[in-house]
Amino acid sequence: MLEISDLYVARGRSDVLQGLSLTAKPGAVTVILGPNGSGKSTLVQAASGALPYRGRITLQGHEIAQTPAWRLAALRAVLEQSNSVAFPFTVAEVVGMGLHAGIEAGHPEIVSAALAEVGLSDLAHRPIQSLSGGQQARAHLARVRAQVWQPVSHAGPRWLLVDEPVASLDIAHQLEVMAILRRFADAGGGVVAVMHDLNLSAQLADEMVLMREGRIEAHGSPEAVMRGPVLSRTYGCELQVGAAASDGLWVLPQFARPA
Amino acid sequence: MAMTSLALPDAMRRPCPPLRLGLIALLVIAAALSLGTGAAGVSLPQVLGQWLTGEEISTRDRVVLLDIRLPRLVMGLMVGAALAVAGAVMQGLFRNPLADPGIIGVGAGAGLGAVAMIVLSGFLPAAIAAFFGTWLVPVAAFGGAWTATLLLYRVASRGGQVSIATLLLAGIALAALAGALTGILTYLADDTQLRDLTFWGMGSLAGASDMKLLVGGLLIGPALILIPRLARGLNALALGEATAAHMGHDIERLKHRAVIGVAALAGAAVAMVGGIGFVGIVVPHLLRIAGGPDHKTLLVDAALLGAALLVLADLIARLVVAPAELPIGIVTAILGAPIFLWILIRRQGLGGV
Repeated sequence: MLEISDLYVARGRSDVLQGLSLTAKPGAVTVILGPNGSGKSTLVQAASGALPYRGRITLQGHEIAQTPAWRLAALRAVLEQSNSVAFPFTVAEVVGMGLHAGIEAGHPEIVSAALAEVGLSDLAHRPIQSLSGGQQARAHLARVRAQVWQPVSHAGPRWLLVDEPVASLDIAHQLEVMAILRRFADAGGGVVAVMHDLNLSAQLADEMVLMREGRIEAHGSPEAVMRGPVLSRTYGCELQVGAAASDGLWVLPQFARPA
Repeated sequence: MAMTSLALPDAMRRPCPPLRLGLIALLVIAAALSLGTGAAGVSLPQVLGQWLTGEEISTRDRVVLLDIRLPRLVMGLMVGAALAVAGAVMQGLFRNPLADPGIIGVGAGAGLGAVAMIVLSGFLPAAIAAFFGTWLVPVAAFGGAWTATLLLYRVASRGGQVSIATLLLAGIALAALAGALTGILTYLADDTQLRDLTFWGMGSLAGASDMKLLVGGLLIGPALILIPRLARGLNALALGEATAAHMGHDIERLKHRAVIGVAALAGAAVAMVGGIGFVGIVVPHLLRIAGGPDHKTLLVDAALLGAALLVLADLIARLVVAPAELPIGIVTAILGAPIFLWILIRRQGLGGV
């Protein structure tokens, strides 16, 4: 369980998050949505232990601020919004770093399994800097997966905290990455994902958290959150929500062509 | 099995043992050449032959080999390893292959200390001057390096957090300040002191004494032994501070240890031999090309190649204008500066630094 209560996080002099409370369950994908600057990334960074905060954040019972980095690393992996590698490490070396951060370092075969999962087996020995942006993003997802390879360890569920995991990918790879997150949650792990694309989110999320100006605007199932008036008010533009014939919801932005 | 090659992240890059063996061979050759070459014309094979067959070795040969060439060789090995490893660690810390101890102001601080001592030593109480003797300049250089590092740390750290960007910029400011103060001292210097200043600044392995080796070794030895433990952390740091922290590394502790290690290595090296540039940039760069960027191998290989190259540079410094000798800093600059420029040009091709 990821439990956040009365969370305040300051950036500079102002509080970006203002008294936010939230619970995310393992075995489910929790998608965090909201306009730019609404505090989505700040929330994930605080939950991953990268930012000082007031209030409480506990992951599987561990208060984040009081848990040493190595223990957190065994419990959860974090995919940052942007990733760059300073030296020409190979893709497999980078994924190997993730593996060594977790509790499965004694199973080096996980590196190739994680690369196979994101479809980068052929590029394992290429310097990561020589890959395209989308390939690099998938390589970093493989690194993060290798860190918490088994979604559930002897100590309980493990977590993936991912910030815009599909941002730089084409539509096919977006769906592949969503499938990876889905499988992780279905196997008992916890997934918290910051997303921008409302339609993809509607298909991925078990729980949706809609944020605005550091507060939670709406929280619940996609059906509860994905409502035209709620989305339109939160994003400040006209959005229409419909139900797809097969399954799920879709969002249609109402573009008013400038006169 | 195809899996096996993927299975070992540490061993899977271009295989490393041959590189390591080659470096060791280079080091042995460099050391033998250094011992066997010199103005006195003592031949190493001849003396070794005499020693093996039990013949008596002349006192002159013994003195030249053991009291002149050997200390110089040991100092070259120590300083070369220290400079190269300090550079590799600094580059890992700054996530930039062009970083160097000179950049965070350690070299400038050491230089200011040395120059201050050369120019101002006349004002010191005689007891202190007598106690330190010829050690005054190196001791002051070392003090300058440490002071610079501590000062930088005070400026760049807030509440236990060290900002690498601030550290880098503060280093530039500090280097400028130290350079200005050095300039003022240069104005105060008389002609003899000016000559000393110039030669200290260009670096030399001449004047290796047991005392120098002992004090330098006490700093460099432990640092060289402990620094490879930072390898995994420095690897993770290549992905950025936040990501390295997410992967379980205690970033503040890693940075503190790296900075202290660099100060010990670079401070001791500058104190022992003066200004020797480019070893810290060129050696790690060549090794990243030959063996990959993994610090687990890089830090050890850098010590080997740095030691070998500095001994070879010293050999060149002794041979080109024999029986006189060039300051070794000139040799490393002539060899190293073009390589540095080459690195810059190559990096521009990859989208700039």
